Amino acid sequence: MNVEPPSEPARGARWEHFAHDADIGIRGWGSTPAEAFEQAARALTAAVTQAQVSPQAEVHVSCAAPDLELLFVEWLNAVIYEMAVRRMLFGRFAVEIEQNGLTGTLWGEAVDIARHAPASEPKGATYTALKVAQGPDGIWSAACIVDV
Amino acid sequence: MEASRFVRVDPTTWSLEPTGAMRVPVVIYADVHLLEDMDDKVIEQAKNVASLPGIVRGSYVMPDGHWGYGFPIGGVAAFDPDLGGVVSAGGVGFDISCGVRTMLTGLSTSDIVRVQRQLADSLFRQIPAGVGSRGAITLDAGEMDEMLTGGAEWAVEHGWGEQGDLDRIEERGRMTGARPDWVSDRAKERQREEMGTLGSGNHYLEVQAVAEIFDPTVAGVFGIAVDDVVVTIHCGSRGLGHQIGTEFLKEMVVTAGESGIVLPDRELACAPINSEVGQRYLGAMRAATNCALANREILGHYARRVFTHFFPNAELPILFDVSHNTCKVETHLVEGKRRELFVHRKGATRAFGPGHQSLPDALRPVGQPVLIGGSMGTGSYILVGDVKSEAQAFSSACHGAGRALSRHAALRQWSGRRIVDELAARGILIRSPSSRGVAEEAPGAYKDVSAVVAVAERAGLARRVARLRPLICIKG
Repeated sequence: MNVEPPSEPARGARWEHFAHDADIGIRGWGSTPAEAFEQAARALTAAVTQAQVSPQAEVHVSCAAPDLELLFVEWLNAVIYEMAVRRMLFGRFAVEIEQNGLTGTLWGEAVDIARHAPASEPKGATYTALKVAQGPDGIWSAACIVDV
Repeated sequence: MEASRFVRVDPTTWSLEPTGAMRVPVVIYADVHLLEDMDDKVIEQAKNVASLPGIVRGSYVMPDGHWGYGFPIGGVAAFDPDLGGVVSAGGVGFDISCGVRTMLTGLSTSDIVRVQRQLADSLFRQIPAGVGSRGAITLDAGEMDEMLTGGAEWAVEHGWGEQGDLDRIEERGRMTGARPDWVSDRAKERQREEMGTLGSGNHYLEVQAVAEIFDPTVAGVFGIAVDDVVVTIHCGSRGLGHQIGTEFLKEMVVTAGESGIVLPDRELACAPINSEVGQRYLGAMRAATNCALANREILGHYARRVFTHFFPNAELPILFDVSHNTCKVETHLVEGKRRELFVHRKGATRAFGPGHQSLPDALRPVGQPVLIGGSMGTGSYILVGDVKSEAQAFSSACHGAGRALSRHAALRQWSGRRIVDELAARGILIRSPSSRGVAEEAPGAYKDVSAVVAVAERAGLARRVARLRPLICIKG
């Protein structure tokens, strides 16, 4: 099944990096946990490259965990795994969460060392500074430290 | 953190007595400046480690300690299996058996300067570095299992290295107790094309000049003198180790509760050593250790090949190869009794003193070389294990300078291009596929490595032998 990559994220959807002594913190926000997960994955890619990543190929992943925070780490580690074994970078993400399971679609392209000038290589998502929560404004955030 | 929170045992030892769930004290080796520069989260993480079951004597932090995940970076903790002790996937980290090797070249600085640019370019072409780089080796399933069992010994058998190298590698180049059958297919898949790759982040291959000798006698035994040139490689078990760490962290978070272990931080995920999960992790972790040993051996072989092109008589024997993200079974003297302990070192280097039986004959009289990576601009150190180190922190020392600024802050402060130009003007050639990666690893983002090793020496962890200054740095 081919799913068109989402063109633009919904309002309130954004991401950031936050400081950690040795590694890097990533955080995504969205109107749903799934959207926050998608934004956090964009932050993950932005830890590697600041260049545009073209949605030339799509990859499907699925994972499960007993709670939403552990599921977030599983999601990021699924993306990291696909980045590593396919030598790809992903710029667009679509996530669906049902109970304790997640299915995701990643759109991206093969790493082009000259164009992407990749900085760090994500090794794994950690449980440190791990938080998935809904703020008073109703916006969800998902964050953790990624070992690079 | 405020020094007033601690009991000052001596000018380089700071102690925090157990409170709450802590079973042992936290002991930090630092001078007051390094201590006050450490993030408060270091002490929180060290206190969490102090609360784990079966921990023996103390939760230690080396002078380069900084905020990690689970354990602090620079954390050392030993566990007794007979007292319910645990093995922690978080305590070893994702980059299992990440470490450093230093090779002697028999060349002097002037030899390198004559061909410095060509040598840097050639090393950069020959050493796969950074995200998206490909190794020249692809392993099938049988070869993967042989590598995971054989380590550097396997690499030598396949022509990537010399038999004589094995004597100068921890565990003689091959970690026993490895269980490739306990390594997942996903971890193996992640490693299939990764052998002989450097990785990225703070991993590097450097050509370095010996700038200063502190202990001429030990330096003589190590075979180094002022103006000599050495090659140092810093990397680990690549994707295989990362995946094993990822998978066992997840599993141990769940099983820790079933074993009645209260985790103060989920990243400290652990299992009793004498449990099925604990044994399975140890078997997989030891396989990853062999992967790291094989990987550094192959990279060393590549470096030799490049050097031989420029200097046909260069042999590049290994001074030593030592890991700093490990859990090792070691015998230590605790309150007058020798006990077999599982020593976790997370960003800390094993530092056996003179006479240790694991050392090769040539090194045993003086102690183990302790290899400390600094930053691109400031240099690195070679230390030697001290007899006092066993009593201090189970024969452990620091592993690097430790970051002073996050990658995030470094990026705001420096441009990679400018750092490369400034270092080139000082005779240090940087080669990296990523200008941003260079900025993240800017010399100013690290603490003063000289201050860190000086404290390590004063604290009795390891003694300085030589200071190295970089000439060429290949960064992923």
